[in-house]
Amino acid sequence: MTEQITSTGSRLQVNLVGLSKGEYRGLPSTLCQGCGHNSISSQIIAACYEMDIVPEDMIKFSGIGCSSKSLNYFLNRSFGFNGLHGRMPSLATGALFGDHTLKGLGVSGDGDTASIGLGQFKHVVRRNMRLVYIVENNGVYGLTKGQFSATAEQGLTLKSQGTNPYMPVDIAWEALVGHATFVARSFAGDPKQVKELIKAALGHNGVAVLDIISPCVTFNNQDVAMHSYSWGRDHEVALHELSFVPFAEEITLDYEEGEAKEVTLHDGSVVMLKKLGREYDPTNRAEAMRVLEEANDCHCLITGLIYVDTNQPSLVDIYNLPETPLNRLSEYRLRPPRETMQKVNDLMF
Amino acid sequence: MTALQPLIRDFTPGELSYCVNDFSITVATVNGSGSQTSNLTILRALFKMGIPVSGKNLFPSNIQGMPTWYTIRVNKDGFLARREEYEIVIAMNPATFAQDLAGVLPGGVFFYADDIKFPIHRQDIVAYPMPVKQLVKTSDAPSNLRDYVANMVYVGVLAQMLGIDLEKIYQALSFHFKGKAKPIDLNFGMVQAAVQWATDNLEKRDPYRIEPMNATQGLTMADGNTAAAIGAIYGGVQFISWYPITPATSLAEGLMEYLPQLRKDPETGKNTYAVVQAEDELAAIGMAVGAGWSGLRAMTSTSGPGLSLMTEYAGMAYFAEVPVVIWDVQRVGPSTGLPTRTAQGDLSFVNFMGHGDTQQIILLPGSVHDCFEFGWLAFDIAERLQTPVFVLSDLDFGMNQWMGNPFDYPELPMDRGKVLWEEDLERLKGEWARYRDVEGDGIPYRTLPGNRHPQAAYFTRGTGHTDDAHYSEEPQVWHDMLVRLKVKYENARGYMPAPMVDFMTGAEVGILSFGSTLSAIEEARHQLHREGLITDFLQVRAVPFVKEIGAFIRQHKRCYVVEMNRDGQLHQLLTLEYPDLSTKLVSIAYTDGLPLTARLVREAILAHEEK
Repeated sequence: MTEQITSTGSRLQVNLVGLSKGEYRGLPSTLCQGCGHNSISSQIIAACYEMDIVPEDMIKFSGIGCSSKSLNYFLNRSFGFNGLHGRMPSLATGALFGDHTLKGLGVSGDGDTASIGLGQFKHVVRRNMRLVYIVENNGVYGLTKGQFSATAEQGLTLKSQGTNPYMPVDIAWEALVGHATFVARSFAGDPKQVKELIKAALGHNGVAVLDIISPCVTFNNQDVAMHSYSWGRDHEVALHELSFVPFAEEITLDYEEGEAKEVTLHDGSVVMLKKLGREYDPTNRAEAMRVLEEANDCHCLITGLIYVDTNQPSLVDIYNLPETPLNRLSEYRLRPPRETMQKVNDLMF
Repeated sequence: MTALQPLIRDFTPGELSYCVNDFSITVATVNGSGSQTSNLTILRALFKMGIPVSGKNLFPSNIQGMPTWYTIRVNKDGFLARREEYEIVIAMNPATFAQDLAGVLPGGVFFYADDIKFPIHRQDIVAYPMPVKQLVKTSDAPSNLRDYVANMVYVGVLAQMLGIDLEKIYQALSFHFKGKAKPIDLNFGMVQAAVQWATDNLEKRDPYRIEPMNATQGLTMADGNTAAAIGAIYGGVQFISWYPITPATSLAEGLMEYLPQLRKDPETGKNTYAVVQAEDELAAIGMAVGAGWSGLRAMTSTSGPGLSLMTEYAGMAYFAEVPVVIWDVQRVGPSTGLPTRTAQGDLSFVNFMGHGDTQQIILLPGSVHDCFEFGWLAFDIAERLQTPVFVLSDLDFGMNQWMGNPFDYPELPMDRGKVLWEEDLERLKGEWARYRDVEGDGIPYRTLPGNRHPQAAYFTRGTGHTDDAHYSEEPQVWHDMLVRLKVKYENARGYMPAPMVDFMTGAEVGILSFGSTLSAIEEARHQLHREGLITDFLQVRAVPFVKEIGAFIRQHKRCYVVEMNRDGQLHQLLTLEYPDLSTKLVSIAYTDGLPLTARLVREAILAHEEK
């Protein structure tokens, strides 16, 4: 970080691309005071600022719901598309082909991803589209005022809705089973971890699913509810302490031998994972499944980088596209030359 | 009478007056038996002999084992619509044998596989047996291919009995098997064996003959889906997302076949396109809208049920003003309907596709050549107007082979519409608004993701928005936005392809139609003319309507609106557009899944004229 003197003479802190944190903000949030989503928006802003990302190098996407509205509250200088319910993944997939140099960030919710969006979620995961896919998961429909979502735990009782009779959908589990190359779970009440995970996700070449428990203070924040602040605080078990070290930056964190694991991402940046209580290897898929199952059994909120595979090509990688973004190709590069027309006609009978 | 002697009616060859190049052939086979190769071979050989010919595949929604028919019409005068009756039947399917036998016109010919044991009592036709099994057995075809080459027996017998040029059959097979010697030789060997057998064993007792003509020179034969795919490639298509559905599948497959040959980047040799098979039509349209929004020439192709699934994104793309091209190769609806049969039933639906006040742009190709032309033109219109463009083809165009003019290289440069890049925003000092109507044509400017100017970005949404794309629930803002979209729709008329018209001197009656009904109407007009009713014709090629259409209706005492659906959807739209002229419009709407015939058009018009 450096400082710039503004026209009014005051000092303004800027990052390596010369932008202040304010350049990463969005409009004032219209979500409820204390909503977990606001906290996540702040961490998206902080992560992009600290990573020195130029906002024009990102595109943001969302579907429908409170979480999807939050797209307005960060990265005003990035293109954004607030699409249809559950259909952010397809929108993002098409749009990111327009300019493959852009980083995609999708924000969805449990209503958007785990119901109508489950199919598109599974398929964007299967295709390994280069997209940070954040699910702001609160177990409840907010905009329609407090109905159960598909991630609500069985037995949850909500005012005016009664008791939820169904088993929940587990986003991280679905991602893992669907061959996601980056699966993390976090908690909006643990902003530092959220931020480091967002940074790691932005460095990943492929789909990065972040299932973030993001409490709804208005409709689902009773102490006993598994998507509440207090439940999260009391039951969070972090797999490790995460630190993101950007490419070309010296690793200054000093860990004892065997105390930390390093994961090198596609862009050369490194995720340092400091051991907390237990050994955990996030590159082991079977272990990742076991940990999620264990979390279910012991009723705890496992957080951290659950699984990562840095060796898979992303969707765009397999299309053999030119370096120039497709949306900047001129007519000369798009329309076959005139002399080919006769050849094509000869191919007809 | 031995089994090898033809059952004949009382023709004495000397008295025969031949019927040359003017009859219909129906081939009855079991689907999945490879008969399509044989049928296309006959069709193509006839075409190469210079004879106007059409072929229509009337097939079931099934992979293997159900009855299927292929009708070929040869007509020296160039009338190529489907006919309800046929002079020649080739019966290869025991399950439909009785029905096929009964269907032959009196005086017609019946070729049949002689292993089908069924009494043939008709004395008013000529029946020729074909020892299919025996000929296949004596061929050297490997056992797994025997069922397929069996169909070449009727190609050979037919060729011998009608006079189809074997060299042209060889050309057709070479084309079909892309020059691969093994399958060509195997199939042609079977044809030759059948020719030899027919020469030795059958005596010509029927009056039908093929003679070479010179009426197809300079023409090509193609199906509409392939034409559309190639047209899109010449339109610079960059992104295709699709999901398999009959009868649109071969459009996407055509793209995948021809893109690698035609669209390597001249500078890097890399692909200038991407094709993604989506998980469903919800995703196919989502991807296409995303790609169109980010500045790619994006398209998807589908049919009725897929279109229903695409509705919500189509409505959003209309309101958020995203260019995207959607091909609807129409099949019979409602619901799953008749998946392998043709219709024109999606016009009203697509016109209003989306909830609220939605009006979509529709192109209506009137020929396979139009399928090619609209393949590229649709992108120019979509990007110019920043809105979805639907192209409504149908199964008959899409999946059948049609003679037509070769494709013409697009003479117009691409129209990429109103797009602002970094240097434009520099010049404007960043002063722009996504939905501001600068020129008064209702078409705003847009920027594309990847534009690095700090003022380039905007937020796209399906909710109410101001000129600068911010969320708004202001009544005036909402009202103004919808009114501007209407202005844009009105201006869209200026970009629509002109109708195709054909006038006859002195006509007081007009006929309007769209799409694949053209050939039936052409023939009906010819017949009506002979009977003293002179008609003018206008083929609508786009909605919104251009002013020539209103003028045409005004010029005539009455106009018949001919289409393949139940409710007369084009008639409905014309009535909405021209309420003052609506009493002049008479709807002739009919749908049963089969391509329209001249008889139906002629009789419907005459019935009304006699009133």
